[in-house]
Amino acid sequence: MSSPLSRRALLGGGLATAAAFGLGACGSNSGAGSTGGGASGAKPALQQWYHQYGEQGTQQAAKKYAAAYPDATVSIQWIPGDYDSKLTSGLSSGSGPDAFEYHLSRSLVSSKQIVPLDDLVADVKDDYNASDLEANSVDGQLYSIPMIIDPQMIYYRKSLLAEKGIQPPTTLDELIMAAKELTTPDVKGFFAGNGANTTGGALFPGIVYATGGRLLDAENKIGFDVAQVAEAVSKLRTLASDKSLLLGAPTDWWDPSAINQGLCAMQWQGMWAVPGMSAELGEDDLGVFALPAAVSGGQAAVVSGGWSAMVSAKAKDVEAAKAFTKWLWVDNLEDQEDWCLNYGFHIPPRISLAAKAEKLQAGVAAESVKLNADHGVQGNPNWTPSMNTAMTDAITRIVGKGADAQSELEGAVKKINAELDKTFG
Amino acid sequence: MATTVAPTPTGAGAAADREPVTATRRGRPIRGQRAAFWLFVTPFLVGLVAFVYFPILWSAVLSFFDAQGTVLPTRFVGIDNYVTMLSDQAFTSSLLTFTVFAVLIVPTTFAASLALAVLVNRVTVAKAFFRSVFFLPTACSYVVASLVWKLSIFNGVRFGLANQILKAFGQEPVAWLSTIDPPWYWLVIVSVRLWLQCGFYMILFLAALQNINPELYEAAYVDGTKPGWKIFRHITLPLLKPTSISVLLLCLIAAYQGFDEFYNLVGNVEYARPPLVYLYYLALGTQQNFGLGSAGALILAAMIAVITVLQGKILGFGRPED
Repeated sequence: MSSPLSRRALLGGGLATAAAFGLGACGSNSGAGSTGGGASGAKPALQQWYHQYGEQGTQQAAKKYAAAYPDATVSIQWIPGDYDSKLTSGLSSGSGPDAFEYHLSRSLVSSKQIVPLDDLVADVKDDYNASDLEANSVDGQLYSIPMIIDPQMIYYRKSLLAEKGIQPPTTLDELIMAAKELTTPDVKGFFAGNGANTTGGALFPGIVYATGGRLLDAENKIGFDVAQVAEAVSKLRTLASDKSLLLGAPTDWWDPSAINQGLCAMQWQGMWAVPGMSAELGEDDLGVFALPAAVSGGQAAVVSGGWSAMVSAKAKDVEAAKAFTKWLWVDNLEDQEDWCLNYGFHIPPRISLAAKAEKLQAGVAAESVKLNADHGVQGNPNWTPSMNTAMTDAITRIVGKGADAQSELEGAVKKINAELDKTFG
Repeated sequence: MATTVAPTPTGAGAAADREPVTATRRGRPIRGQRAAFWLFVTPFLVGLVAFVYFPILWSAVLSFFDAQGTVLPTRFVGIDNYVTMLSDQAFTSSLLTFTVFAVLIVPTTFAASLALAVLVNRVTVAKAFFRSVFFLPTACSYVVASLVWKLSIFNGVRFGLANQILKAFGQEPVAWLSTIDPPWYWLVIVSVRLWLQCGFYMILFLAALQNINPELYEAAYVDGTKPGWKIFRHITLPLLKPTSISVLLLCLIAAYQGFDEFYNLVGNVEYARPPLVYLYYLALGTQQNFGLGSAGALILAAMIAVITVLQGKILGFGRPED
């Protein structure tokens, strides 16, 4: 008879212990929160998130910068895989980072997930390109600090082009022709992403820029001519049917493995991979050109991407997170230089830093920087993921399935306009 | 608890054992029984309410609001989200994608798992080995299997396994996952799911096969029917009917829930995007449109419910056996 009693006693005791643990945990949590509020003596704790960079040493560098910050304990989350989803769910649930890197979009602002950062750059505004600040602003307020600028274009093996007597293409038609001529049973002419034969791969949005258009214009209206983009996208279908594209490679376009392993002669790639490609192929064998003009009257295009630093509105201590972001991505020129030049190559957004970046002043890197200056087009925070889906779906139906380009793009434009109307009235 | 459901024993000793049970039936509960019930049930109930029922309910609420980037929306939009989803070409074409997927995967899984079960059932040596070996893939993660399929078996370059085999026959390499015409991507998607789930359904069939009375086969043999197709068609298959119906239903529901292999093999592409992948990008990915996502999820849930009920009716699920 005593056994059920003792069992109950045991369970009761267990529950009490568990409750005590729970309360204890709550207590220590609130304790940490209050130190975050700026209690004297204890440093606030901050979480900083990065996507996984491909270059060796980047994670250690990020940790090193964080450890050197004197005014807070900063822990680094290095996120492999689907960074977008992890970050957006973290931000909306409140379990996300305090400071993080991302691409600015209007929805982050309208859903009040990030805070304005104008005051962080107030003293050094002149040291940034106006267009870089604009690409990081919504409705005239700066919400993100540019960390790195990543121009993306076409890198190629000089020796393979020279063998066939091919000059770097100056029109999309020439590029298609060159890809075809460079294709052998073992080497494909061009690698523009694993889905380039269906979705257009990495060639969108560059293909729009190469018609002379933009995704959205300054008034946030459709910024391209539908007929011209239709003509350009139809050419991608020719490219896809020529069997000159490398498809289904183990890594996608942003990794230089394909061109390094000799799987292709030309590859759409970011400047970040220049050190890796130069080491593998030899500086002399590596060349670069912008995505050539896609239609008559079009112009060469470079997709000018990059990452920017933001501060979560749900940060436990927004001011501390802002102070850290200012320290690392505005004031700390030494670490910015290290981040931009010692792993992959990125253009430093600070004009003064870019001017003295010696590694970017010779060879392919210098050419890439120049092409970016002449032809670079930045992202637009008002272009939403659903607009992107509408556009890439249309391109997939044109390139992958041979649907009528004009009517597909008109359908996408209708959808995009509906969304623009909803946002801008 | 066991004594309350035990079959009525006979004999004097058993009658004494039965006494407390009759006492409960008269309304006097066993001491502590209720407390024990709540003790064991509460943790699961709390989990179920917190992680299943409440989210479903909240999702229903969100579907009537403009909820982008927030789960505490303030702007009521009525049935706008439902209208948007039903007129969204990307969503409606995703419904088509998973119908195609179901049409491809359900019959192949059914045929393959039944065939495996029949074969394994007839094996006389190393029975346990064969059973385990075919069941083993069930324990593999969809993500891992997808990566193996994508990176080593069906990668598009010349050193992928499938392309090596093609090369042996003098064929050009195929970009399996990005070839729409012919739609090779279906081969990759369907084969990975088939490999993963076949063993599980095989076990169900195996259990049913072992339940068939061997005397039926003996009787057929005595009547002059040789073992083979005729016996399978007229004895085995009809007797497997209840299991077959369950397998078809389970398989169809699993097909509707297709996500992992699509997400990991092809990602967000127009030509192979089932509803769950679309809703994932819409609600949980970068767009964070919980209103539209919830409306889509509820439309999907309603569709699955209707189709499952219809299929059950047509196949006679739950009908008493003849």
